Amino acid sequence: MRHVLTIAWKDLRSELRTKESINAAAAFSMVILVLFSFVLDISGDAREFGGGLLWLVFAFAGALVLNRSFAREQSNDCLDALVASPLPGWALFLGKALANFALLAVVELIALPVFGILFNADWLRFPGWIALTCALATWGMTVIGTMFSALTVNLRLRELMLPVLVYPMLIPVLMAAMQLTSALLSGTGITGDDWVWVKLLIGFDIIFTSLSLALIDVILVN
Amino acid sequence: MSGAALDVRAVWKYFGDFPALRAVTLGVAPGECLAMLGRNGAGKTTLLKILAGLSTVSQGSVSVFGSEGHSSGARRKTGVLGHGIGIYDELSARENLELFGTLYGVANPGQTALDWLERVGLNHVAHARAREFSRGMRQRLAVARAFLHAPDLLLLDEPFTALDDRSIALLQRLLAERLAAGATVVMSTHQLREAMELATHWALLVRGKLVHKGERTPEILADPAWVYRNYGEDS
Repeated sequence: MRHVLTIAWKDLRSELRTKESINAAAAFSMVILVLFSFVLDISGDAREFGGGLLWLVFAFAGALVLNRSFAREQSNDCLDALVASPLPGWALFLGKALANFALLAVVELIALPVFGILFNADWLRFPGWIALTCALATWGMTVIGTMFSALTVNLRLRELMLPVLVYPMLIPVLMAAMQLTSALLSGTGITGDDWVWVKLLIGFDIIFTSLSLALIDVILVN
Repeated sequence: MSGAALDVRAVWKYFGDFPALRAVTLGVAPGECLAMLGRNGAGKTTLLKILAGLSTVSQGSVSVFGSEGHSSGARRKTGVLGHGIGIYDELSARENLELFGTLYGVANPGQTALDWLERVGLNHVAHARAREFSRGMRQRLAVARAFLHAPDLLLLDEPFTALDDRSIALLQRLLAERLAAGATVVMSTHQLREAMELATHWALLVRGKLVHKGERTPEILADPAWVYRNYGEDS
């Protein structure tokens, strides 16, 4: 666990000093939300499109954060230095995923109030459920994004390849997050039918976290 | 070879259809300092990457300190300095060394980092970010990173390249210290004279094949180019 935290600390410290991806992701999400506020009818409530809009913004902004995850290791061949060290592959993966999760959470925390103001959405009615939905869906995005960031790190067109590979994989997690967020924004909360989406998010997170941990060593050495 | 620090058996490495290494068999005993020679593209870096666990073999086997593959224990005993310096530009010199000290399980990473910064003459810039360093300073920081956990095996890929006289002398002194402590060193190099001063053995790769491995003799030290004249592609 110490190694996981060491890698997460290293990534977060590097990011806080350069602010390369967090600034880009936060600015991107603001711009998209403002642009959509011009286009969409916000005279009613946000329940019909709120969930979909929010998670599309998070997914696109997330790609900016996730693209940098392993690309950060490329300068000076830092990834080689990490792989040659006794650091287990799973610890490297979890450390990076943890750092990415924290960065995505910051972007979401910035975007949610702006979304609430622009679209007249009361996202604070079920704060616990909103937090749980964001946590589960963000972890799903993080795990898939971190894994594919490792896979595409040596590709010339990695900035292009990462979204192309990641978004199809994220369809289940985005669908579940959109459904749950829309239900929460509509004020009904999580009812019996919505539990299937919660279970889907939990299952997705468990399956893809396990798969990533099992495959990361093969990806890193090859 | 029992008790070998490194045991490479019939290793082939293909990139597509191209064989970068062809049936390389090599044993390196504990305490040996092996200078791995060869022209550009001979396979030196490929072999070192395999020894460091950064690349897999296509055929054959590699064992490090008796364990097949690259166990966590073997990695803990190994220091690697490759073409890239493995230093984070956005972290300070001290933070870089502390990070790797922690990963290698060094007892007191903070103090060890400071000690090594002093040894490589970077203590006055301990808190400056690595991106602000000159090339020579970055190289010295990379040397400290590779040595700070007192490795029993050092794998160095062209370690003297881009170093000034002072840094070459520093690296030679540090290598001599590790060798005196019983460590094993494998280094690829084009700087024959600097390498041969430390080497106990030398090996020559020609187009992926190991064509010779033997002891470094006083004659070679006096005239390192003799190696290529007698065993190289033009011999």
